[in-house]
Amino acid sequence: MFMAQSPETLGVGVAADVMLPRIARVRGLRLDGPETWTLDVEDEGNAGSFVPGQFNMMTAFGVGEVPISFSGDPSNADCVTHTVRAVGHVSAALTRLEPGDVLGLRGPFGTGWPMAEMAGRDVVIIAGGLGLAPLRPVLYHLLAQRDRYGNVALLYGTRSPEDVLYHQELRSWGGRSDLEVDMTVDHATTTWHGHVGVVTTLVPHATFDPINAIALVCGPEIMMRFAIGALRDAGVADEAIYLSMERNMKCAVGFCGHCQFGPLFVCRDGPVFRYDRVRTLLGVKEL
Amino acid sequence: MTDTTTADLARIIKEHPFFAGLDERFCDLISDCATTEQFEANAYLFHEGEQANHFYLLRHGRVALEIKSPGHGSIVIQTLRAGEILGVSWLVPPYRLAVDAKAIELTRTITVNAACLQGKCDEDHDFGYEMMQRFMPILVQRLHATRLQLLDVYGAKS
Repeated sequence: MFMAQSPETLGVGVAADVMLPRIARVRGLRLDGPETWTLDVEDEGNAGSFVPGQFNMMTAFGVGEVPISFSGDPSNADCVTHTVRAVGHVSAALTRLEPGDVLGLRGPFGTGWPMAEMAGRDVVIIAGGLGLAPLRPVLYHLLAQRDRYGNVALLYGTRSPEDVLYHQELRSWGGRSDLEVDMTVDHATTTWHGHVGVVTTLVPHATFDPINAIALVCGPEIMMRFAIGALRDAGVADEAIYLSMERNMKCAVGFCGHCQFGPLFVCRDGPVFRYDRVRTLLGVKEL
Repeated sequence: MTDTTTADLARIIKEHPFFAGLDERFCDLISDCATTEQFEANAYLFHEGEQANHFYLLRHGRVALEIKSPGHGSIVIQTLRAGEILGVSWLVPPYRLAVDAKAIELTRTITVNAACLQGKCDEDHDFGYEMMQRFMPILVQRLHATRLQLLDVYGAKS
């Protein structure tokens, strides 16, 4: 088993740098879902330096720090964007910030989605609930360089129509001829005219060549397991499936061990993992 | 119902994903029991509690499966689209439909008479086994999907 590294093993200076939040300022916020706000944050010199899939540690001063994935355009060198759902004290405090308020940022941390490996291949993106946020930068990137990729399909599932994130953007993407967008909700009333059913049921309807496709999956872990099952049924190899894991990340650099996942640390070795590398761990109840 | 020749029906049935690769002879057996139908948006194909006299191959459009909930109107539990099948209650006694099925948009179907098909399955067990082999995976997939739906995986906000 790997052991969490202490700050001393990396050198105090390095540890001090990565553990020290830098001051950033909120440029704007918008409500993008129930209790879910997207923050544009001025992060001088650091915007545009992340890989889709990575995360920042965001500090609400006086309250605490939480890991939040980047959810904005990776080519935007002007500010960084994070989508935060108010579920605890820290995330709620972050969503109560106003333009001009300061917050702390550490990062970017973790592994990103395999952007280079997607070139020339079909890309199947399966997002569940808030899991669309860490995948949105991938979509920005793919659409900005659309010619470099094969078919691109976004399959998105949420609990109900009210829980759908990024309404306007999804509508706009749905109107594009070079992007297949299929969306479903688990439960709905008759006022909803979209699909009803779990997100895995969208997989057989998506257009992709399983031999030449790469799949990115992000959402609640149970949903990801079932989605991966559907992808495998469709003929996608384990080595072509990537998922973003969520665990209790604290230090973000593999010091503290809070996010240990078998021999791995989700903050440092993930959050994006290739499926075949975590396949056996996903089946372990105690993890 | 629309006027379609048996040959046309056999061709359409064979083209439907649910019957992909079906033996020509079996295709003809189904054609004998089938007809084409069209449902306008908001029209009901069937209602909960009715006898399951048919199943449907969806060719075009979408259908919502609804359950009435007192005080909440109807709740949509699943939607089906072209290429899928609608109606499995005809397979097992008491052959009673458990949901309402409503066309969300203009929907075209191949509608198969259940009693007719059951008769052919009883007469030709090879055909009956072929039908079971095609229906069982759908039933299992829908069972798994329902379990996942019940888990309400997005309920716990993350």
